[in-house]
This record gives sequence, C-alpha cells and structure tokens, in this order.
Amino acid sequence: MSEPASPLTGGSVLVEGLPPALAEIVDDFNAVSERDRLQLLLEFSEGLPALPERYAEHPELMEPVPECQSPVFVLTEVDDDATVHLHFSAPREAPTTRGFAGILREGLDGLSAAELLATPDDISSRLGLERAVSPLRLRGMAGMLGRIKRQVREKTAA
Amino acid sequence: MPLPRDDSPKFAEYAHPERLVSTAWLAEHLGEPGLVVAESDEDVLLYETGHVPGAVKIDWHTDLNDPVTRDYVDGEAFAALMAARGITRDTTVVLYGDKNNWWAAYALWVFTLFGHEDVRLLDGGRAAWEAEGREYTREAPQVTPVDYPVVERDDSAIRAFKDDVVAFLGGQLVDVRSPEEFSGARTTMPAYPEEGALRGGHIPGAQSVPWARAAAADGTFKARAELEAIYQGEKGLTPDEPVIAYCRIGERSSHTWFVLQHLLGFPDVRNYDGSWTEWGNAVRVPIAVGDAPGEVPTR
Repeated sequence: MSEPASPLTGGSVLVEGLPPALAEIVDDFNAVSERDRLQLLLEFSEGLPALPERYAEHPELMEPVPECQSPVFVLTEVDDDATVHLHFSAPREAPTTRGFAGILREGLDGLSAAELLATPDDISSRLGLERAVSPLRLRGMAGMLGRIKRQVREKTAA
Repeated sequence: MPLPRDDSPKFAEYAHPERLVSTAWLAEHLGEPGLVVAESDEDVLLYETGHVPGAVKIDWHTDLNDPVTRDYVDGEAFAALMAARGITRDTTVVLYGDKNNWWAAYALWVFTLFGHEDVRLLDGGRAAWEAEGREYTREAPQVTPVDYPVVERDDSAIRAFKDDVVAFLGGQLVDVRSPEEFSGARTTMPAYPEEGALRGGHIPGAQSVPWARAAAADGTFKARAELEAIYQGEKGLTPDEPVIAYCRIGERSSHTWFVLQHLLGFPDVRNYDGSWTEWGNAVRVPIAVGDAPGEVPTR
C-alpha cells in the first residue's frame, strides 16, 4: 500500500496552530523514517518524568484515561498565574501509552491555560504514526488530550 | 528440518504438545538454524524496550491486518512479511508476547490460516521469560531475507464469518469476553477503549468462558485436567461437535481457539473474528442479554 497523499505533508501545515514545543516535536517525528519514529516514541516513553511525591501517594487524585489500551492516569495543575502543569502515570509495560504521555508533557507543560485550550485536537494525527502505530492506538492520545483540556476548563472556570 | 519438540511432562498431557515450548526449551535452542522466534504484543513498542535475543517482531495490527479492508493480509503480503522476518515455509516459529500470549495466540491463528505448519507458543510468554530473569536485548536482529511462497489464505477450516454463525445458532458457541460484556452491561472490556458496538449482550446460546480462565496466575496455560474441568465439565462443551469462539474483534477468542484445538484436541474449532464489533452492530441478528446463554430463536 502506498502512503495516501496528504495535504498535511508540507511541514508548515503540519505544525499550524501548535505551541512551539509541540511544533518542534511534530517536526522531529516527520523528519525521520517510520521506523525511527517508533524509536523516537520510545524515547518519549522513557523520558516521561515520574509522578511527584505528592501524587504518587494519592492515586485517587489522578484521572484514568479509558481511551487508552493500557492504564494511564493524568492530572493537570493550574497555577495562580494560569500556567498549566501536567502529570502522568503509566506502567513500564505500556511504552506506547507512556510515549503519548511523554509527548503531551513535553509539548504542553508550562503553557497558559488559554494556550493549552487552543491546542488543536488532532495532534495525534500529525506525528506520522498512523502506519507504524495504527489509528486505533492513536485514539488513546486524543483521549488524553481531551481529558487534559476538560480538567483545565474545570480548574479555570472560577 | 523442524526443531525437536519440547517433551516436558506438562505438555505431554495436551492433545498437541508440539504446539508449546517452555522457556527452558527456548533458551536451549535459541540461535539454532531453522528456528525463528517472534514477539507479538498488544503494545506496539514493547518489543523495542527489550526482547528475547534474536527475536523478530510481528505486530497484529500493522503486520497481520489489511490496512484498508477489515480482513487479514493476503497471501502476497504474508509471504513478504515472512520473507522479511527470515521465516521460510519450513521454519519452526515460536511466538510469544504480553498478556498471557493473547496477541501471540492471535498471530499463531493467522499463521494457521496460511497453513504454516510448525508454529508454536512459548508457554507463559513474555511474563514467564521475564520472571525467570532470562536475557533481554534491545539489539535488532540482523535478518537475511529469505523466500516464502505465496500461499492463499484458507479461511474455511478455522475462521467463521457472520453468516456462518447465523447458520450455526444452536451449536456450541463460546463467548470469551468479560462477564459484563457477556451480560450486555457494557460493550467494551473493562478499562479498554470504546470500539463501538451499538448493542450489548451475546449471541444466543453462547457459553461464557472469559478467555483468561485458561491461564494460570503466572501466565502459563493451566494443566489439561484443569482446562477440561472448565470447558468440558463446567460448560459441557464436547469435542464431538463443532465449536465457534468469539470475543470483540477475534483476538481473545484466538487464545481460546488455541486452547480448544491444540490443548484439548477439539477437532473442529473456528474463530469468529467479526465478533461483537460486527454482531453487536448488525441489523436484525438475535441477541441475548443477561448472564444465561439465553433462548436460541427458531428460524
């Protein structure tokens, strides 16, 4: 099967509307071969920071993401100045899910709530992973982003 | 030349002991000519985090499914995949993976559709290999491509389609999903993504045997007597009549297919891979809800 021609293959369109850190990640993924994209995803998986102590002991504060095949939990914090911080927990045996979490963490952590909420919902389809990972599995990443945004909306709706 | 079988006493009890190898057997035969070890996992990256030395990767979704039609790859694509993984028609293939070999059993079932003769499962899969502290590597194996003939897939013996199941109503059906999916309380596995079924419940007359009941706590298959007690004793299934197993997309039911066909020696077992994501969306097929198999409609 040949790769379907996509209007998104021109670099600038792929990163349109993305915050800078996420744009860089999308560029990095699309700059390498499909095989190397999996390696890159593995690096994000391994780079996912451990939960801070204060959450490690309070799993009830974390929200599960049932859209993912493997158990993953997400928690957002919104500072007084509306800066968003993201925390994830996912097991080592679920490297794909951890990889998605790692991308969102590096791409979105530190944004303002408004910037985060303006992030396009289709980022999972901009990484060029459809063939290497499969669209079904990529749904988990969209599920995580949806839940992050909902948490941020709840926490900023004062 | 196929590799010798694993003559462990546990396997000797099964109907087809040649379909299983132990971790000790695998460790002893790793690297021998004629053997290819392949890992098949739910998580597409798990192999990259470390695998049995020399093992290749076969992904259920990206390698075994057709990318467009809801079907398996055709003979040409399967031959290309085998060739690229260094598997010839005579190669002994040992499959292993995560989650009690769930996806490895699925791969084995697909290999069987193409009539690959010597394909075995590593009893206990990744978990057993890991628990014993055996070697893992991240080194990608250097595979020399080989020739694999284009063999057309034969769906007649071990695969069932929706119309086959409709005509089979009243026969021995095994639903291997969770009890909540069986009863109709939910349409997806607990804690799994929604893959879309408009109706909940099960195919009327189906017996509920969640697939993982065939696995022991350490991920290996239960002994034959324990398996018989579940499938034949408790559920009253008999090898004298054909069986069709199903789940949600046909993956968990391949595990049960393996158990019934190879471990218990049922001669006629088919896997309905359309499963609940087809049946639960199809118009005017009968559905039963609740914990009981339910009434089979007369047609």
